[in-house]
Amino acid sequence: MAEFAYEPEPEVRLAPGESVKEISGRSPWRIAGRRLARDRIAMGGLILFLVIVVISFLAPVYSSHIANTDPFVSNISGTTVVDGKKVDVVQQGGGGLGLGETPIGPTWHSNYFLGADNQGRDVAARVLYGGRASLLIGVGSALICCLLALAFALLAGFFRGWFDTIVSRVMDLIWAFPVYLLAITIATVLLTTPGGVKLWFIHIQATSLWIPTLIIALIYVPYVYRPVRGQVLSTREKEYVEASISQGASSLRLMFSEILPNVVSTVIVMFPLMIATTVLTEAALSFLSIGVQPPKASWGTIIQDGQGLLYTRPWVAIAPGIMIVLTVLSLNILGDGVRDALDPRAKVRVRE
Amino acid sequence: MLAFIIRRLLGLVVVLFTITVVVFLLFFATPGVDPSARLAGRNPSPETVAAVKHEFGLDRSLPVRYGLMMKRLFISRDLVSYGNQALEVVPAILAAAPVTFSLVFGAAVLWVIVSIAMGIMAVTFKGTFVDPLLMILALIGISMPVFWLGEVLNLITQDRLHDTFFFRWVPPLGYVPFTQDPWQWFLHLIIPWITLSILYIGFYARVLRANMLDIQNEDYVRTAKAKGLAPQQVLVRHVLRNSMITFASLFGLDLGVLIGGGALLTEVVFNLPGVGRLTYNALTALDLPVIMATVIYGAFFISILSALVDILYARLDPRIRPT
Repeated sequence: MAEFAYEPEPEVRLAPGESVKEISGRSPWRIAGRRLARDRIAMGGLILFLVIVVISFLAPVYSSHIANTDPFVSNISGTTVVDGKKVDVVQQGGGGLGLGETPIGPTWHSNYFLGADNQGRDVAARVLYGGRASLLIGVGSALICCLLALAFALLAGFFRGWFDTIVSRVMDLIWAFPVYLLAITIATVLLTTPGGVKLWFIHIQATSLWIPTLIIALIYVPYVYRPVRGQVLSTREKEYVEASISQGASSLRLMFSEILPNVVSTVIVMFPLMIATTVLTEAALSFLSIGVQPPKASWGTIIQDGQGLLYTRPWVAIAPGIMIVLTVLSLNILGDGVRDALDPRAKVRVRE
Repeated sequence: MLAFIIRRLLGLVVVLFTITVVVFLLFFATPGVDPSARLAGRNPSPETVAAVKHEFGLDRSLPVRYGLMMKRLFISRDLVSYGNQALEVVPAILAAAPVTFSLVFGAAVLWVIVSIAMGIMAVTFKGTFVDPLLMILALIGISMPVFWLGEVLNLITQDRLHDTFFFRWVPPLGYVPFTQDPWQWFLHLIIPWITLSILYIGFYARVLRANMLDIQNEDYVRTAKAKGLAPQQVLVRHVLRNSMITFASLFGLDLGVLIGGGALLTEVVFNLPGVGRLTYNALTALDLPVIMATVIYGAFFISILSALVDILYARLDPRIRPT
């Protein structure tokens, strides 16, 4: 059928406001890169994301040089200086009946900028440290997820047969679980295993960031696998692949030189959006106390810490949430830009 | 059509069977996980553990245990929780389901109306400031963690601005059954509905806008315009109606996930005793009978709604017929 109904697909489309001259003779990647670099909104998203990454990774500098506190040691009997006066970090009797303890609110200067949590720890420094964990898990799990999905999709779509059947069934099964319920199930099982997880020779502590990273990576694999496998299946039937087969190319060569470059753009488009999703998932799991485990902190665990202080010291819960919103928003904006750069909607064909 | 329904039902049985087996194995075959240690209490003697194992049938082989659990769940319907012997699993789910249904359906009504309105507005006012403004709002909506949004709304409506004119009507957190007091039911759910729907409003408005812009380039839209139909009529009868195909299929799947327990974060934040919270509590307590039942319940709704979506799809688009 393909021989009779052959119509070449437009390989390159023009983005709005782009001339043929600007893109002729350039590789698709360079064209996409140029488009992305010109997209001011997408670049704004990228810069915002990078700023969040940089300040999160400067957390140790902030806590030791600016805030001068250790955000992982409780400091219930400590003091700080506000307006030249010495003040307790955790004040007695701030509760409704003059009972209980209330941590200090935002001081808006270097020490306890956003106040303290109920253990007297500096919230601003914790939010930065939490950002480190959240970003590591978010980027790490998105990366593992995309690589796993890409590898399985390539193998399954290329070899088809029983391998494809098995992989696709397993993916359908993961797909049939609501994502949060699957993540909660695996997390509960792994976290309640005494002494951490032992798989053959690998031993992961229950507090390791690898546990949430791997769980989140696993549950989203089908969401990337499905579209990529479909694309591998259709790319495999293209004329240039047939041409390569007729020249005696090996399976490995076909997969890596002919098919992979044509499907990888789908994964690249999904990658920033996947990070946005995994950051939100990590926050949700940690909020339910089955993600990042103490003493480590992430934005999700800090929001959970702040839940009990919501009406007295709302900044403990609000600040990490704002960081999540900014991170996810920047990634969504960047993701939209990457998608537009790789696949502009304008249906204009490039003519010689 | 009948063959289609039968095939979907068979598929549902296969999915339910596989999911329950996987959950079962995750709990019983993972090395180091032992529910009997938890059931027997703190520092139990070996005899107590053995007695507990016998009582719950945990000393039988895995297939027998699975069979017994399914029998007590479906046939005798007297499966009880591991944690609380007085808690029967089936009535517990039947009691939690109306809460989840109330939450999800209200939010669904809200998100369908608002997202369609936003989509139409964005397409109508494309090229003005309205379109990008709406899309930025939609993007912010999908970037907020739902539990955090819930807490911020709680902070505003329960505490900071509770004594002002705007939020004086907001009742304390919790749930009032519809049968007991419809007005209080409504009041208690307004803020949870808004919280749950914001993510979906953003998502659906974006999908709808992109879809409608795509469809505007189709030949039949050009034909409709050429016939001299009013622009509003073209937009609603031709463009929007075709966009509804994608919309409806997404809607069915999301509804299935939410009814199936996906709304648990909203339920936790607003203290609503729904199925999501029941599942979450059972999961963290390793309470396998409750987990089994809620997972089956969830997968059931997800599968049923995805089958309904396929049927609806054929209704909306005669080009697709289930075979």
